[in-house]
Amino acid sequence: MQSIDPASRLDAEFVTFFAGAQSFSLDISHVREIRRWSTVTPLPHAPKEVLGVMNLRGSVIPIYDLSARFGLGPTQDNPRNVVVVATIGNQTVGLLVEAVSEILSVARNQIQETPDIRSESTRASITGIIQMEEGMTRVIDLEAVIQCKPKQAA
Amino acid sequence: MTLRILAIDDSLTIRTLLRQAVENAGFACATANDGKDGVEMFSEVDPDVVITDINMPRLDGFGVIEAIRTGTHNTRVPILVLSTESGEALKARARAAGATGWLVKPFEDLQLIAILRRVTGYAGPGHSERGQA
Amino acid sequence: MSMQSIRDTFFEECEDLLEALAEGLARMETGEADSECLNAVFRAVHSIKGGAGAFALSDLVAFAHRFETVLDEIRSDRLDLSDEVMHVLLRSADHLADQVEAAREERSIDEEVTAAFLVNLGTCLGDAGFEAPAADEDFGFSAITLDFGASPGLPAFELPDLGFAGPEFPVTDHPRPDLSHPDPRTSGSGATAAPALADLTPDKKTSAPRHRIRFIPWPQFYSNGHDPLVLITSLAAPGELEIRPDLSSLPEFAEFDPAKPCLAWDILVASHLPEATVEAHFEFVRGLCELSVAPEITPAPAPENPAVALPWPAPLPEPLVEPLTIQSRAPEPEQVVISPPAGPPPDAVIETSALPPEKDTPRDATGEGAGALLRRRLPKSEDDAEGRGPKPTLRVDLERVDRLINAVGELIINQAMIEQSVTDLSLPADTEIISHTEDYRLLARDLQEAVMAIRAQPVKPLFQRMSRIVREAAEATGKPAHLVTIGESTEVDKTVVERLADPLTHMIRNAVDHGLESAAARVAAGKDPEGTIRLSAAHRSGSVIITISDDGGGLDRNRILAKAISRGLVAEGAELSDAEIDNLLFLPGFSTAEKISNLSGRGVGLDVVKNAVGALGGRIAISSTLGSGSEFTISLPLTLAVMDGMVISVAGQTMVIPIASVIETIRPTAADLHLLGTSDRLLSIRGRFLPMIDVAECLGFGRRDPAQASLALLVETDAQAHCALMVDAVLDQRQVVIKGLDSNYGAIPGVSAATVLGDGQIALILDTEALTSNMSGLINGRNGANYLPPAAGATAAPASQSFQPLAARAQALPQPQTGAPHAIH
Repeated sequence: MQSIDPASRLDAEFVTFFAGAQSFSLDISHVREIRRWSTVTPLPHAPKEVLGVMNLRGSVIPIYDLSARFGLGPTQDNPRNVVVVATIGNQTVGLLVEAVSEILSVARNQIQETPDIRSESTRASITGIIQMEEGMTRVIDLEAVIQCKPKQAA
Repeated sequence: MTLRILAIDDSLTIRTLLRQAVENAGFACATANDGKDGVEMFSEVDPDVVITDINMPRLDGFGVIEAIRTGTHNTRVPILVLSTESGEALKARARAAGATGWLVKPFEDLQLIAILRRVTGYAGPGHSERGQA
Repeated sequence: MSMQSIRDTFFEECEDLLEALAEGLARMETGEADSECLNAVFRAVHSIKGGAGAFALSDLVAFAHRFETVLDEIRSDRLDLSDEVMHVLLRSADHLADQVEAAREERSIDEEVTAAFLVNLGTCLGDAGFEAPAADEDFGFSAITLDFGASPGLPAFELPDLGFAGPEFPVTDHPRPDLSHPDPRTSGSGATAAPALADLTPDKKTSAPRHRIRFIPWPQFYSNGHDPLVLITSLAAPGELEIRPDLSSLPEFAEFDPAKPCLAWDILVASHLPEATVEAHFEFVRGLCELSVAPEITPAPAPENPAVALPWPAPLPEPLVEPLTIQSRAPEPEQVVISPPAGPPPDAVIETSALPPEKDTPRDATGEGAGALLRRRLPKSEDDAEGRGPKPTLRVDLERVDRLINAVGELIINQAMIEQSVTDLSLPADTEIISHTEDYRLLARDLQEAVMAIRAQPVKPLFQRMSRIVREAAEATGKPAHLVTIGESTEVDKTVVERLADPLTHMIRNAVDHGLESAAARVAAGKDPEGTIRLSAAHRSGSVIITISDDGGGLDRNRILAKAISRGLVAEGAELSDAEIDNLLFLPGFSTAEKISNLSGRGVGLDVVKNAVGALGGRIAISSTLGSGSEFTISLPLTLAVMDGMVISVAGQTMVIPIASVIETIRPTAADLHLLGTSDRLLSIRGRFLPMIDVAECLGFGRRDPAQASLALLVETDAQAHCALMVDAVLDQRQVVIKGLDSNYGAIPGVSAATVLGDGQIALILDTEALTSNMSGLINGRNGANYLPPAAGATAAPASQSFQPLAARAQALPQPQTGAPHAIH
């Protein structure tokens, strides 16, 4: 699938997807399911990347537009758009992405550090990058991605 | 065949401890949560040994002994009194009331099982006791 | 079952017992305690002691023991229940509760505190000896723990619980056993005496000294359930025993009385063990037989009856056979039938079943093994299902209940969806499916109510805890006070009961500390020097109303207002109604106490109480009459999981507003709307002007021309002022299931929670309190009519507190787990 040193143990799996025409990936242990996009209920006083909340079998989960989150503009309407339902701790959230591409098996030591980039907020939300046959994918830090929510009303 | 024990105590904790000790030894245990229930269950359970608390609502341990001893059935079943007191007066009273033996709370499982075996002469299988039975 | 889970059982049981104790003491205090009540109080303490012993909680055991002793004195009329004694009992119950709690958390309690309580209890007994715990004879009991056998310094033969102690035995003039000698009882089991004897090696049998036991059972020996065969054979293994029946008292057959025992035995048991051990074996039968134990010295003198003379002490070839044969002629005919040596075999059980005239229960005549026994007894003997008193209860893991409640919540949503789908079909009204959906709706509601009732709990334990608070507060302030509770059986959701404890505690303390006058002032005012705090609970139209009142001096409104002005909470010269002044107490940072007493001056004000009540979806109000006292009224929803909502439309969004907060729906005309300045709008209704709040604007969905306001909802706020919320339309009224937003997202200003509508879409539930008071304050730059923000920059603080309400409610409720893992595979 990709050029990796056969000696390295493939001990990590990532779900890769596209947002804002860039490739991102998330540790598979966070991913619960992939759902079709459905209408969300917008939330008051929400940042632009929070599209609203969706009903996931009785649970209310917020949906983040990953493209908007990384400053790549709002995700364009497309039937291929899907929501990656992910959990972190007790929190369940949905990430709107343009398409899910594949599951990547890599060795942990193949994850490279994020190079210095200008956008501090982007850098903070990316834990590293993985080289792929065609280009690279950005490993997102889910906790950092959803930090943008308002902590408390004030 | 194994021993069947009827344990009467109003404390759930003590009942649970008794049940555990008895069942761990491979014996069967039925429990009642006061003297009245205990006496009612007695004829139905037909136990090999009765273990009864003294202080209980509705009917106390002495009442239980009296009811069993003056009953019509299995009147000479061994009855052990379970009490927090260890005083001589209580023992005398228990003995006078017709108790076969007594056991002081807190009891130890091995001690309970040994006494059960002792008052019944039961030498059958049981897992809790060391040494030969 | 692990020891840990039994420990949990014990502490759960302690809760019940402490509750029973508090209840009984309360009845004793009012003088309405009968003997059964006294017994119940005694038993509660006694059971705590008994259970605590099993877990080696020696402090708890010792204290419970002393407590129990005092109660026993009262129970047996040896001690008068004076006010002083009653007070000691109440405080001791409090301390016992503290000890239980400490034990549960594996903390230790200050020994001096416990010692002080012990002294107080001792004083009740009027016995100086009781003042020093060490002098209390019975305290030896507390030293006994489960591992007593391993305690190196503790001589095993002195352990009172074995019941085998040598000194009690008639033959006491023998030397004490050598402690360095391995004593079988140090293994922890008294009855291991028998196996230990049997452990003797064969070579010792002939060479070791032997004990000679003379044993003559009396009638009560048999009636107490003893069996000579069992007793003798369990003394040692058959090979170690020489048993010689003494038939000398056996009468001629014609004179034989089956009820009269006539057998005696001489037993020689090889033993290198102390005689006390052998004697101990007979402890249970002491006083029920003639018994003598002595070391065998020489061949015993010839027996009196030459007819049965045997070479003594020559071993009997089959020592077991003889007693058995004899026993079958023993004074108990039925024992011959049913009591073979090794316990009744199965057929014996069947046989005995024929003996008593069985009542209604038909007996299973086949295999009465242990399993059958337990199965048959299951309904009654299952500990978890055991009920106390007439009403059986069931202890269920809360998680299971919440799962059920959650599923029913989903069912309600599903029902709404189906109903909507059916409605969308526009079928004729007499269509069958319409009546079916109607039935479905009713059934779902019934189911929901039944399920929610599972979580409902009486407020009684909560109220009982408050009487302790009153006692402590009275003690701390020196104002005599007592608590009267009303409606203890009123049921409220478990979470409400739990979360109400802190606010109630605070309010009760407040009532004693601030509400009541000093005893002297009360007497001067012609009142009973002892103040009364009244705590009541009742159901009223879908809510639970809890009131806390005192018969103190009432609120001094002039002082409150002056204080509020001096603290900058109210503008100088503001005209406030009585109700508005009273409500100043709920403002953050307000304290009426001139000096901060160490009781209520813990940095907690009534504003915190108000927030806590608000977080439960409730409200608090105050009323007061100068000279005769104050009353706080808390109204709470019956359940936290569902509420009646009005489905509205705001800026194209479907939302829900709690029906409870809506007083009236008004369709204003342009003439009713007035601008105040450039931004504020007022709605005139029946001659009054109310602030009008644009919900869409508050929520950041854009501002609209107030002239286009199509609908206004008149809502009541906590400040008891009315407000109008501008919305687009009212769509429906329905019960909605509250879903928290906090866990997956966070708090949103003006939104308390969310719900799922019939079409599966999520609708936000509006937080009217936040919208009306704080939002209007934030947006319009003012906080209600006459209130000023406490200080510049601090305006947001109360707002953020009130934004939590419903969300916090919903947070306490289970959220369904989402999704199967890795659905992507």
